[in-house]
Amino acid sequence: MSIAAQTDSCPRQPIVTGTSVLALKYKDGVMMAADNLASYGSLARFKDIQRLHPVGKYTVIGAGGDMSDFQYIQKFLEQLIIEEFTSQDGHDLGPAQIHEYLSQVMYSRRSKINPLWNSLLVGGFKDGKSFLSYVDLLGTTYSATTLATGFGAYLAQPILRKEVEGRENELTEEEAIRIMESCMKVLYYRDARSLDKYQLAVITADGVKISESRHLSTTWSFAEGIRGYGAQTQ
Amino acid sequence: MDHIDFNRLKTGEVNLGTSIMAVQFQNGVVIGADSRTTTGSYIANRVTDKLTHVHDRIYCCRSGSAADTQAVADAVHYQLQMYTQMSGGPPPVHTAAALFQRICYENKDGLSAGIIVAGWDKEAGPSVYNIPLGGGLFRQPWAIGGSGSTYVYGYCDATYKEGWGRDETVDFVKNTLALAMSRDGSSGGVIRMCVITEEGVERLFVPGNELPKFWEGAEVLGHAKKINQAEGLAPMVVEA
Amino acid sequence: MTSIGTGYDLSASTYSPDGRIFQVEYATKAVENSGTAIGLKVKDGVVLAVEKLIHSKLSVPEANRRIQTIDRHIGLATAGLLADGRHIANRARDEASSYRDTYDAPSPLKNLAERLGLYTQAYTLYSSVRPFGISTILGAFDKEGPSLYVIEPSGVYFGYNGAAVGKGRQLAKTELEKLKLSELTTKEAVYEAARIIYLVHEDAKEKEFELEISWIGQETDNVHLPVPRELQQDAEAKAKAALETFE
Repeated sequence: MSIAAQTDSCPRQPIVTGTSVLALKYKDGVMMAADNLASYGSLARFKDIQRLHPVGKYTVIGAGGDMSDFQYIQKFLEQLIIEEFTSQDGHDLGPAQIHEYLSQVMYSRRSKINPLWNSLLVGGFKDGKSFLSYVDLLGTTYSATTLATGFGAYLAQPILRKEVEGRENELTEEEAIRIMESCMKVLYYRDARSLDKYQLAVITADGVKISESRHLSTTWSFAEGIRGYGAQTQ
Repeated sequence: MDHIDFNRLKTGEVNLGTSIMAVQFQNGVVIGADSRTTTGSYIANRVTDKLTHVHDRIYCCRSGSAADTQAVADAVHYQLQMYTQMSGGPPPVHTAAALFQRICYENKDGLSAGIIVAGWDKEAGPSVYNIPLGGGLFRQPWAIGGSGSTYVYGYCDATYKEGWGRDETVDFVKNTLALAMSRDGSSGGVIRMCVITEEGVERLFVPGNELPKFWEGAEVLGHAKKINQAEGLAPMVVEA
Repeated sequence: MTSIGTGYDLSASTYSPDGRIFQVEYATKAVENSGTAIGLKVKDGVVLAVEKLIHSKLSVPEANRRIQTIDRHIGLATAGLLADGRHIANRARDEASSYRDTYDAPSPLKNLAERLGLYTQAYTLYSSVRPFGISTILGAFDKEGPSLYVIEPSGVYFGYNGAAVGKGRQLAKTELEKLKLSELTTKEAVYEAARIIYLVHEDAKEKEFELEISWIGQETDNVHLPVPRELQQDAEAKAKAALETFE
């Protein structure tokens, strides 16, 4: 068996990983959220990692999964944007094109049994239209007005649907921030690979803005009076 | 010879069980490493130098397979010499780190290499880059690596402060490595350190019998001492 | 053209008895027939300008640009065969992209000029190819600051503070030499560049031309861009006015 045969037939495992990414559509565009942690197994190894990455003028991608693969994706998208810029043809890539390109890359890599181990959200705003889609290591894609990857798909997605669906055109940025904050808090309470430090991205007609790191304030005081695990009272 | 079991090959390999570290300060970086190389639990070399020169002001700390990391460091050393000749000046630390990263990422299935790249350049000043197992690239003010590092994350988080000078930084590296070496069976021997600044590279050495000492447990409870010196204190007292 | 008919001018792989490669010299002629291109390296950036001669009234305005973008921070202007210019620009893009890939940093112009020089020179060695009929002006803002190079059809390349290639290069060079380039801002250089292109066009007044100007520097966040329309129009108006008063 050659090395190539070996590497082609057994998929690797992710090593340095990021957890959930959240996104929703609101009145002015798209908002995304991801914490700043890159884990190494259960070790919280890098606590200042940005997982929301701007691509061109209209798009942000948010990544969970293997961070080295995410850096590779960032690199080739940067080259793609430069290629597009240097052609000076009056066209540039919007979120829909970047998502389509990514999905083709992700699917072709999984078909070589050498996937890029990520779940990605692609959010953007161009020509007055919001865009929000998902793509993962298998090349699976779907769109919705709220999306969440990883643990977020179980814990945050139901909250996002309840808060956002049907109100996409009314939600203000302030409300959207509040919803994101509450979802990130649930994730911090229940996802053992999460951090209470996260960033928000907004993509609107004004372009891409990625916030400084934000801190979650959490509640624990109710736990002080808890005794034992059943009948115990002292 | 049509079948090679790579996993068996890897298990027999010489490993840098290792505690390595690099810390940035005002004028430069301090890098450090233990000196133990093992095959399984046998110490193949007790005085290894894991601080590897890749350019005048850029070094790397190697952890993982000795063979893999030497090959990678040699390749990057060569590429940096070429870069210097072609561009007419020394490479930025970031460039060196990017070269390491490329090799580690593209060959992630075949390599066991966790590398810290650190040094000084005229664009960015001092900088430290961490390239862990999968081949990601992370810039950090301080980085630790190798099997010993897992025991000292808490110590580093609690101790590190921004704005240190050279001497405080050297002490931080020395103490961290001594603690890691004392808890990690795959690390040990001596501490080697380098201070890299614009002016040059200074080598520091702490012999294995002069390592900083921390709490090492009570003395073995021999017959010389009575077990319960405090009179009237009964074992296993439970407060009512 | 005493060389014609001697047989030594048929191939780039054959020297003439006095040590010349006529095919390379003919390539230089192709450049001399072309509208002028100039480059100015100034205090805080680089300006490229081209006198693009219009061969047909039916051609679409602003089509067939002779100033091209190589990387975010690199621009290229050519004089000579338009198609050769496009080929060399594509090669330059590949080189710049491969540098980025390897070193995770934008290519310094010095490096790109060397690679393109090498590439151009290779086309002077073989009987199966013809040398490029272009002179290339490369401008960039890299980590060393503003930077300007010219590559000739022979493959030689030099760095310059001011450069001019094509039909009106002599006059353009004379004008460039009068400027204190190191004291100009890119904005001031745009006006000078427009003025020089309009001036050198006086010799081919019967032909229509379009002015192309681009810049890289502090004004553009070190990105190679065409100068804003209003600025170009203003520069052209001032250039035309200057012509009236020249000499």
